[in-house]
Amino acid sequence: MTTEYVKERKLFEGGITRKAMVESFRKLNPGHMVKNPVMFTVYVGSILTTGLWLQALTGKGEAAPGFIFAVSLWLWFTVVFANFAEAMAEGRGKAQAATLRKSRQEVKAKKLAKVDKDSKQTEVPSGDLRKGDLVLVEAGDFIPADGEAVAGVAMVDESAITGESAPVVRESGGDRSAVTGGTKVISDWLIVKVSSNPGESFLDRMISMVEGAKRQKTPNEIALNILLAALTIVFLIVCATLLPFSFYSVAASGAGQVVTVTVLVALFVCLAPTTIGGLLSAIGIAGMDRMIQANVIAMSGRAVEAAGDVDMLLLDKTGTITLGNRQATEFLPAEGVSIQQLAEAAQLSSLADETPEGRSIVILAKEKYGLRGQEIHELKASFVPFTAQTRMSGVDIGRRQIRKGAAEAIEKYTLDEGGRYPDDVRTGVESISRRGGTPLVVAEGRKVLGVIHLKDIVKGGIQERFAELRRMGIKTVMITGDNPLTAAAIAAEAGVDDFLAQATPEAKLKLIRESQAGGRLVAMAGDGTNDAPALAQADVAVAMNTGTQAAKEAGNMVDLDSNPTKLIEVVKIGKQLLMTRGSLTTFSIANDVAKYFAIIPAAFALTCPELNALNIMRLTTPQSAILSAVIFNAVIIVFLVPLALKGVRYRPASASKLLQDNFLIYGVGGLIAPFVGIKLIDMILAALGLA
Amino acid sequence: MTTNQWVQLLFFFGVLFALVKPLGLYMAGVYGDKPFWGEKWLGWLERLFYKLGGVNPKKEMDWKTYTLAMMLFSAVGGFLLYLQMRFQALLPLNPAGQSAVPPDLAFNTAISFITNTNWQFYGGETTMSYLTQMAGLAIHNFLSPVIGTATVVALIRGLVRKETKYLGNFWVDVVRGTVYLFLPMAVIFALVLVWQGCPQTFANTQNAALVEATSYDQPVTNSAGATVVGKDGKPQMTHTVVTEQPIALGPVASQEAIKMIGTNGGGFFNVNSAHPFENPTPLTDFLELLAILLIPAALCLTFGAMVGDLKQGWAVFAAMFLLLAPMVYLCGVCEQSGNPLLNKMTAATDGAALADGNMEGKEVRFGVVDSALWATITTATSNGSVNSMHDSFTPMGGFVPLWMIMLGEVVFGGVGSGLYGMLVFVILAVFIAGLMVGRTPEYLGKKIQAFEMKMASIVILIPPLLTLLCTAVAVATGGPGTNNPGAHGFSEILYGFASMSNNNGSAFAGLSADTLYNLMGGVAMWFGRFWLAIPTLAIAGSLARKKVVPAGAGTLPTHTPLFIVMLISTVIIVGALTFFPALALGPIVEHQKMVHP
Repeated sequence: MTTEYVKERKLFEGGITRKAMVESFRKLNPGHMVKNPVMFTVYVGSILTTGLWLQALTGKGEAAPGFIFAVSLWLWFTVVFANFAEAMAEGRGKAQAATLRKSRQEVKAKKLAKVDKDSKQTEVPSGDLRKGDLVLVEAGDFIPADGEAVAGVAMVDESAITGESAPVVRESGGDRSAVTGGTKVISDWLIVKVSSNPGESFLDRMISMVEGAKRQKTPNEIALNILLAALTIVFLIVCATLLPFSFYSVAASGAGQVVTVTVLVALFVCLAPTTIGGLLSAIGIAGMDRMIQANVIAMSGRAVEAAGDVDMLLLDKTGTITLGNRQATEFLPAEGVSIQQLAEAAQLSSLADETPEGRSIVILAKEKYGLRGQEIHELKASFVPFTAQTRMSGVDIGRRQIRKGAAEAIEKYTLDEGGRYPDDVRTGVESISRRGGTPLVVAEGRKVLGVIHLKDIVKGGIQERFAELRRMGIKTVMITGDNPLTAAAIAAEAGVDDFLAQATPEAKLKLIRESQAGGRLVAMAGDGTNDAPALAQADVAVAMNTGTQAAKEAGNMVDLDSNPTKLIEVVKIGKQLLMTRGSLTTFSIANDVAKYFAIIPAAFALTCPELNALNIMRLTTPQSAILSAVIFNAVIIVFLVPLALKGVRYRPASASKLLQDNFLIYGVGGLIAPFVGIKLIDMILAALGLA
Repeated sequence: MTTNQWVQLLFFFGVLFALVKPLGLYMAGVYGDKPFWGEKWLGWLERLFYKLGGVNPKKEMDWKTYTLAMMLFSAVGGFLLYLQMRFQALLPLNPAGQSAVPPDLAFNTAISFITNTNWQFYGGETTMSYLTQMAGLAIHNFLSPVIGTATVVALIRGLVRKETKYLGNFWVDVVRGTVYLFLPMAVIFALVLVWQGCPQTFANTQNAALVEATSYDQPVTNSAGATVVGKDGKPQMTHTVVTEQPIALGPVASQEAIKMIGTNGGGFFNVNSAHPFENPTPLTDFLELLAILLIPAALCLTFGAMVGDLKQGWAVFAAMFLLLAPMVYLCGVCEQSGNPLLNKMTAATDGAALADGNMEGKEVRFGVVDSALWATITTATSNGSVNSMHDSFTPMGGFVPLWMIMLGEVVFGGVGSGLYGMLVFVILAVFIAGLMVGRTPEYLGKKIQAFEMKMASIVILIPPLLTLLCTAVAVATGGPGTNNPGAHGFSEILYGFASMSNNNGSAFAGLSADTLYNLMGGVAMWFGRFWLAIPTLAIAGSLARKKVVPAGAGTLPTHTPLFIVMLISTVIIVGALTFFPALALGPIVEHQKMVHP
C-alpha cells in the first residue's frame, strides 16, 4: 500500500532519545513500575539481587560479589531498557503533539454580543473564550477556537491542521460550517459560535490522547497482559520450587551445592516474558503515533485496534472510488448528423459552462475532433444558464440556439419547438444509462443533434486496492445516491464487492446494523451531519476534518487530510499494531528454550554435574552462561525497540500466508536467535576475561 | 524396534483411525439437538431417568447453573462414596471382611474417583469390599467420564451457539451419555471380558494348592515392633512354608470394562491390568488398549461434527496424535535398548546383550513394545491403568509417561476433560496466532477476549502449579515414602503429584501412602479437576453470548497443517518451559548417570 500520507519521523531523533534516556530512570519509581506486572517482577528481582550483592560484600554472600553484581546490574538494565522503549514511544507522541500545538498559539479574539457583524466588539484572549461565545473572524485572522460558523462565508486556510495548502470554503449552515481553532481566514469573514471551553477543544483532546497522558489499555492489550501475567506466575513458581528441589537433590546425592538465589532470580527474569512485557506499552503508543503520522487522529487506542479487525469497508462512491466529477467520454450523433457537427455544438454549448462536466465536454471536443476552444465573448454569444425548471443550459449565438440537458428536458424542448425526437437518440440514451453513464442530449433549435456520454471516472489504481483488500479478507461496499443500474455498472468497473444504491442515511445505518448483526466489523468514512448516525454505529468511523462537528463527534477517528481513501491506511495500521504484538509475544516465548539450555546446566553445575550434557552451546563457565543469558535478555529489548515503534512489516495477504511468514520469522527465528546471541555474548565475555 | 513390533503398532493405530469417525459421529448424535436413532431403542430408559429425577429435559441452563449442577452432583457423589468406604465393614457383600478404609485414604480415594483420576494409594483386593468396588468406585467410573463429556459438550455448544446464555441441561447430558454411550459400551465390553476369562463373581477369595511348596524366613518382632535378637546376636527368624496361594476374585469384568472405556484406570487388583484376571488374553490386552484411546480420540470428531466442520475435529485429532506418536516410539526404543550397564554385564557373561530389552517390571505375556504403548497412551489419556510397572522403566522410558502427564492430559486426555483441555490450548494458540495475522483473535468465529484469556490462563496454570507446589512440599519434608534414593526417588514424587494434579491416576509405583500425601493429593485432584472444569464452563458461557464473525480470507484458518504445528508448539512449549528444570533433575540426570556412570 502507498505510504504517501505518512510523514516519517526519524526513529531516533536526538532530542527525543536524550529525553527518553532520562525518563527511563525516572520511571523506576515503584508507583509507575507496579502498573506493568511483568516488569515489576524484574524490578523486585533487581532489588533482591542488589541486596544479595551487598550481603556478599560483607563476605557472607552466597556467591562471589562480582558475579552477583554483574547479574544485578544487567537486571537493572533490563528494567531501564523497557522503560526506555516506553519513553521513546511517548516522546515521539509528544513531539507529534507539539507540532500540532504550534498551530494553537494564543490569539486575540473579537468577541461579539450578538450575531451581527457590526455589533459591538470586545477584544479578549482566545484562552478566555467559553462555549457559546460569538466571535468575528475576518480576513487575516486566526480562528481562535473550535466552533461553528453561524454567519458569513469565507475561505479558510486549514493547512496547519491538514497539511493541505488549498484553502477551503466555510459557511454558515449546512455541512461546511465547522471551523477549527488555529486555522486562518484568508478572505471575507465569519461569525463563529465557540463550541468548547479552553483545554477541551477537539484538538486539545486529541493532543492529550496522543501524549499518552490519558492512554488506557485497549481490550486486546488487557487480554494479552493477562496471558503474560499467567506465564510470569508459572515461571515464578518454577523457579521458586527449584530451591527445595535442589536441596533435596543435594541431600539425596550427598554431594554438590544448592542453587543460589541469584541464579534463580536470573533464571526467572530470563524466562518471564520480559521482551514483550517491556515493549507492550511502547507498541500501543507507537500504533497511535503511526496513525498521527498518517494524519489520522484516533480518539482511542480501542479504535486503532478495531481497525485491524475491520472486515467490511463502506466507501462513498464520489471522491473515493470515482473522481469527484463525471466526464464526457463519447459523442453519439443522431441519424443524419455528423459527429463533427455534434461535437462543435456540444463544445459551443459548454464554453460558458464552468462545471467540471462542461469543461470535460470542451476538452473532449478539442482532443478528439481538433476543435479549438473559442472565447465566448468573441462569438458575441449569450449564455443560457442551467435552472432547476428547464433542466438544461446552452448558448445563443445570433440565431443559433444550442441547448444541452437531460433527455426528458430536451425532448420536451424540441417537441415544444415543433421538432421531432429521433428514435436512435432514444436508444442511445437508454444504452448509456444502462452502462452506468449519464446521457446529455444536445439540440440546436428543434433539431436533436445527438447524445453526450458523461461517465463517472473510476480513480486510477483503485481496482488494485480493492483486490488487495479482498486478499486481506475485507469486503468493500460502495455507497452511492445513484440508481441501482448506474451503481452496478460503476461497482463492476471499480471492482467493489457490493454496492448500496440510492443510499439514504437510514439505508446506510440499516446496512451497518445488519452487517454487524452478522458479526462483521464495519468501517466507514463520512463528513456530513447526515452521516453522523451511521458513523456512530460503525465500529471504525473516520470523520473528515472538513466535516461537521456532529460527524466528528460521532466518529472515533478524524482524518486531518479529509481523504476517504485513507480508511485503507487506517486498517493497515490497525493490523500492523496487532501483528507487532503477536509477533513479539511469539518471539519472547520462543526465546525461553535457548535460555533454559544456557541456565539449567549452569545452575546445577555443582548439584548435578551430569547436566552439563545439556550445555549444547558449550558456554565457557557456569557464571558466563548465566550472565550471557541475562545480558541477551536485556539487550534484545533495545534491539527490538525500532520494531516496536515502527511495527512489523505488513503486506496485504491472506491470513494463512501472514501466519506462515510471521511464525517462521518470529517463532522459528525466536527459537534460533538466542542460541546465536547467547553464544556470541559468552565468547565476548570469555575474550574479555570476564568468564 | 523389530518388524513384529512395528506391525503391532501400525495395526493398533489403524484400527483406532478406522473407528474414531463412526463413533465420533454417533456421539454427536447423542449430544446433538436433532432426533437421534438410538432413542427408538433406549428412549424408554432415558425417559425413566427423567421421571425418577424429576428433570424437565427441555429446560436449558446457563453456565452458572450448569456448573452448579455439576459441582453438586460430584460433591454429593464424593461424600456418599466416602461414607461407603468408612462403613464398608457394616455393609453387605464383604466376604473377605475388609475393615473400614482409614479416613485420610477414604478422602483421597473418594476425590480420586469423582475426579476421573483413579489414583490408588491402596491395593484393591486387600482394601475394598465388593460392594465398595461395585456400587461405589464403579459408579463413579461411569459418572466421572459422563460429567467430563457433558462439560466438553457444553463448551462446544458455547462455540456453536450465538447470542444465547444457554448451554444445555446438565442432567440431560449426564443421562444421555450414560444411557446411549457408556452403559451399552460397558455392557458389551464386560461380556467380551467374561468370555475371555475375567471373573465376575461374588465368591470370596479361593485358596489354591501350590504345585510346589515355597518357604521364606521372617524376623520375629516383639510387641513394640522391634526385631528380637537371639542369643547368637543374630535376629530371630521364623520359617514359614507356603503350600496354598489365595486367589482374589470378585466382580472384575463389569468394573474392568468401564475402567478402560471411561479413562478411569483404577484397577480391581493392585497390579491393575498386569493381573491375569483383569487382562487375561492377548485379545483383551488389545481391546483394553483400544478402549483407553477410543472415546477421547473419537470426541475430536464429535467436536468437528457439532461445529459443522469435520476438518476442525481432524485438526485437533492430528495435533494430539502427533504429540503422541513420537513418544510411543521413544518409549519403545528406550525400553527395547534396555539398560546399557546390564547389557554390558550380560555381554560379558553370555557373550551377547539381552535381546528382550528392559523386562524388569513387565509382564512376559506382553513384552516391551506393548508395555511401552500402554504406558504412553495410558498417561496421554488420563486413564492411568498399567500393564507394566513404570517405575522399572529406563530413565528416558519413564520420562515418556511423566512427560505425557505433564503436558496437562490434553493428548487425547480424559474422556471429555482431554478435549476441553486441548480446546483451551487451542484458544491460547489462536490468541497468539490470531494477533500475528493482524486481527484480534477469534476461534470458529468467536472473539477471544480478556475474559476468555483469564479463564484459559487459570486452566493452563492450575495443574503445573499444583504439581510443582505439592512436589516442593513433599521434598521439603524430606520426601518420605519413596522406594529409591536420589534422582529416581525425586521422579517418583514428581510423577505422583503430576499424576494427581492432572487427574491421570497412573502411579510410577514406589511411592507409598502417608497421611500428608493422602490429604495433599486429594486437594490436588479436586483442584486439578474442578478448577479446570469451572473456568472451561465459564468460557463456554461467555462464548455462547457472542456473535459469530463470518469467516473470510482475513480469518485465521484453524484446520491447516500450519495451525496444527502452532498448536503442538504451544502445548510443548508450555509443558517444557514449566517442567524442564524438574525433568532435568529427575529423569535427565538419571539418564546421564546411566549412560556415563
